Amino acid sequence: MDTKKMAIIATKGTLDWAYPPFILASTAAALGYETQIFFTFYGLQLVRKDLSVLKVSPLGNPGMPMKMPFGPKWFKSINWNMPNAIQSLIPGYENVATALMKQTIANNGVATIPDLRELCQEAEVKFIACQMTVELFGFEHSDFIDGLEYGGAATFFEFAGETDICLFI
Amino acid sequence: MNFDKELDARGLNCPLPILRAKKALGEVASGQVLKILSTDPGSVKDFAAFAKQTGNELLSTAEAGGEFTFFMKKK
Repeated sequence: MDTKKMAIIATKGTLDWAYPPFILASTAAALGYETQIFFTFYGLQLVRKDLSVLKVSPLGNPGMPMKMPFGPKWFKSINWNMPNAIQSLIPGYENVATALMKQTIANNGVATIPDLRELCQEAEVKFIACQMTVELFGFEHSDFIDGLEYGGAATFFEFAGETDICLFI
Repeated sequence: MNFDKELDARGLNCPLPILRAKKALGEVASGQVLKILSTDPGSVKDFAAFAKQTGNELLSTAEAGGEFTFFMKKK
């Protein structure tokens, strides 16, 4: 039987949207898929050496529950959503939301992004960074982790054209 | 049931139980049995799907007090 293959295009650079590509790629690798992720536009943030750039914003995201990761059950069940116009006026709102999200992630036994990324690399998931957006955003190759390959759309298609599953995230 | 290796994945959530199990299966020989403990309710379907796709045999699945126990035989 031929090895199954999966390709993912990762385009989002936030803490929440960092999960789908790394979860799916690491799981695919565990299931025996040969897997590649092509990081482009804001997805480049997911392969930075410094992952503290990843934040989550409740702003413009009405689907995001805002619940406290500590305290008694009645307190944790309160949804603290407030209108975007008010959120945007509070300095540091995004940093607080990000810190609370990280605590919630830890409380639920969900892996951190650095861990999941490392698990992908250990499982030999191939990471390709879009050279065009690296230049467009003024990044240097030294901003990114080792083991990346740099290429463009044609590089992506070389592998994607042979895949069983191809996702745009 | 007899087993050759035990994996405690309690408290871990998707996809960590599967990733740890894959790693643990890499450390036993073909035909040996891995016992897995998990508290993730999603892991019941996930381990069945993992077994089906990888050819490792899921010998049994049991639940007691919110804790799941799986026995998986390496291909």
